[in-house]
Parts: sequence; structure tokens; C-alpha cells
Amino acid sequence: MPDLLSHIAFLQEGPFSIPRWQAVFQNIDLLWAGLLTTLLVASLGLVVALALGTVLGVMSASHWRVPRAFTRAYVEFFQNTPLLIQVFMLYNALPILFPGLFIPVLVIGILGVGVYHGAYISEVVRAGIQSIGRGQLEAALSQGFTYVGAMRWVIIPQAMRVVLPPLTNQAVNLIKNTSVIAIIAGGDLMYAGDSFAGRYGHYGPTYVLVGLGYFVLCFPLAMLTRRLEERARVL
Amino acid sequence: MSALSATPVMEMLRDPVFYIGLGNGLLLTLQIATLSIVFSSIFGTVLGAMRYTGKPVISHIAAIYIEVVRNLPTLLLILASYFVLGMAPVWAATVGLTIYTSAIIAEVIRGGLNAVSTGQWEAARSQGFSFLKTMGYIVLPQAVVKMIPPIVSQFVTVIKDSSFAMAIAAYELMYKGTILAAKYWRPSQIITIYVVISLIYFVVNFSISMLARRLQKKLSAGRGAIGD
Repeated sequence: MPDLLSHIAFLQEGPFSIPRWQAVFQNIDLLWAGLLTTLLVASLGLVVALALGTVLGVMSASHWRVPRAFTRAYVEFFQNTPLLIQVFMLYNALPILFPGLFIPVLVIGILGVGVYHGAYISEVVRAGIQSIGRGQLEAALSQGFTYVGAMRWVIIPQAMRVVLPPLTNQAVNLIKNTSVIAIIAGGDLMYAGDSFAGRYGHYGPTYVLVGLGYFVLCFPLAMLTRRLEERARVL
Repeated sequence: MSALSATPVMEMLRDPVFYIGLGNGLLLTLQIATLSIVFSSIFGTVLGAMRYTGKPVISHIAAIYIEVVRNLPTLLLILASYFVLGMAPVWAATVGLTIYTSAIIAEVIRGGLNAVSTGQWEAARSQGFSFLKTMGYIVLPQAVVKMIPPIVSQFVTVIKDSSFAMAIAAYELMYKGTILAAKYWRPSQIITIYVVISLIYFVVNFSISMLARRLQKKLSAGRGAIGD
């Protein structure tokens, strides 16, 4: 068997040779650390994005013009400019705004994806709120529901059906987009893989494993998105 | 006036390199984005149609491609095209963006076709329309109106994500900006550079979104609830 393998050129040299795979697996700890960093940035980033998105989404569905105009400008700006620039802006502008304060790259990453996806999530929340007719709330209140009760039992369950599929889709995009902090040496999975691969040129196996890491994080959420979409269509 | 023109920002804005650099960067950004959009529209349509058929092998190949690729970061695909496939930076960026965007477009196309109810098919076929005529006259016109918003927002994403090409030193807008920022390194200059670049991306992307909104309104006129 080893004799047979030694005759297959593909496994002996080239970007995917066996020695390269061995080297990557000997340093797999580096990739694990990167995966954990990516998870940390993604989960905290998602918290920021959800909080911002909910507040902005409620504001953009309000009757007052000023908060509506503000959220419109916010959403259009962040949806039409690259995340990478926003991260670079934070990277360069934060130390100027807060001189002497050391801001870790991870915080920049969390704020960056949070602010960027907050814009997308606010649109999702707005669509959810606007999908429920005013009559629903009025009907519930007139039936003796309290405001909180009407929200809890009538409005939110219906809005969730509209909101959840695009929301999980945004979570997938957010996880993938955390990879941009690799460009500012963020220590995430993409950065860990890229810096290890660059040291010895083991790009092939490293990128396969990095890709597997992102896939394992994103695929379950993508499947959940599809199931929620199907359920929303049936009901 | 003289005090103002002596500021570092004004000094930078008087340098023709600032405009030439960003101008060339924008051209390359548009080149990468346009080629990626064209290639992924073709490739994505083929993949989407393959998956829509539901035929055993064809649809499975398309499904595996789509499900794997859309769960990977675009940056990874660009870096892999550059380092593993060994392409030149501009082509690696174009290929990486195309690989990713095709999967997304394929899903949009399948979703749009699926959104047209089977009753429409049955009605058209029972009236003697052939498969192609049903597709061309009945299904596609309805499906396309639904596909426009997600496809255009994906095109905008391609333009935005072409900035990842700076990671492999392709001289597009974002990378040109960071090169300028190395020459004009003062904080006020750096921030001005990034604000200007943001505005350039914004103008390009916002105009595309606006055009798409108009197009969709035009196409959905007279079609009742579909598309709004």
C-alpha cells in the first residue's frame, strides 16, 4: 500500500501532497484557535447587529419622519459601501477619536460586522413589522389583550414567520464576513490559516480545512434558513 | 484661504496622483466586478436550471456545488484562486467572486422559478402551450420580476466584495486607497482617503440599486401584486 501511494505523483508533490497535509495536521492547534476567535467575533458581532438592527428597524417603521430619515440614510450608506472600508475606517479613526486607548483588532471586527449587518437586519425587522396589519393589534386590544399580551401572542408570532428566515441568512453572511478581519491581522480562522499557509506554502490543505471550518459553522444555519422558509410558505 | 490650503488634506487634494490613483483603482474595480457579474450570471443560470430540473445526477451536482460554495467566505475563494490555482491577482479576484456569486444567483433563479405556482404551468400546458412557450411567455416574465431585487443586491455585493482583492494586491480602488494612505499617512489624510473611497463605492452602488428599483416597477406594472 505505501509502495502504491509512492507512485502517485499527485500525493507526493504539488499543492496537495501528503507531506503538506501532515504539516497542517501537526499544526492544527493554530486553526482551532482561529476557529474559536471566529466564533467569538461572530457571536458578539451578531449580538451587536441584532441590537442595532432591532432598534433601527423599529425606528424605520415609526410614524415620525426624523428617525425614519436617519435609519434610511444609515441603511443606504452601510449597504452600499464595502465592509472592508468600514473596518479600515474603524481601524484608523478609533485611535484618533480615543487617543491613548488601545483597541484590540477583535473589537474592531465585532463592531465592523455588527454595524454592517445591523443595517441589513434593520430592513428585515422593518419588513416584519410592516407585514402585520394595524388591524391585528387593534383587534387584539379590543378583545381584552394587554399591549404586551397582544405583542406576545398575536403580533410577534406572526412577524417572526416573516423575520426568521432572512435573519438566519444574515447570521450566515455575518459569519462569513468575519473573515475580512484577516486583512487587518485579526487572528480569526482565515488569518490563522493564511499566515500558517504563507509560512511554508501549504496553501492547498490549509485552505481546505479553513473552508471546512466555515462550512461547519454556516451549513446548519443555511439548512435552518431553508426549513424556516418552507414553514413560512406553508402556514 | 491660505490657512486652509496649507492643511495636510488640501496638500493631498492638490496632488494629481490622488485622482489618477483612485481613478485607475475604480476602473479596475469596475472591470473585476463587471466580468464577475457576467460570468456568474451565465454560470449561475446554468446551475440554477440544473437544480430546477430535479433530474437525479444533474441536479445533485448543482446542489452540492451551491451548498458548499455559498457557505464559504468570498475572501477564502479569492485567496485560494490566487495561492492554490496560481492565477494573476486580477484574475484570481474575478474567478473567486465568480465561483461564489454563481452559487447565489443559481439559488435566486431556482427560487424565482419555484415561486411561480404549478397552476400557471398546468393552465398554460392545458391551453396547448409547449414547454418552451410556457417558460418564455408565462413563467419567466413572472419569475424575472421576483428575481430582480435579489440579483441586483447580489451585483452590489460583488462590487463591494471586489475590495477583498486588496488582500492579494490587485490594484483596485481599495488597494489604491491604502497605497495612497501610506504616502499621505497623517490621520486627517487617511480618513479623507477612506471617506472619498466610501463615497465612490456609494455613488456606484446606489445608482445601480436605484436603476433596479425603476426597472422592477416598470416590469411589474399591470401585474397586480406580483413583484411589489
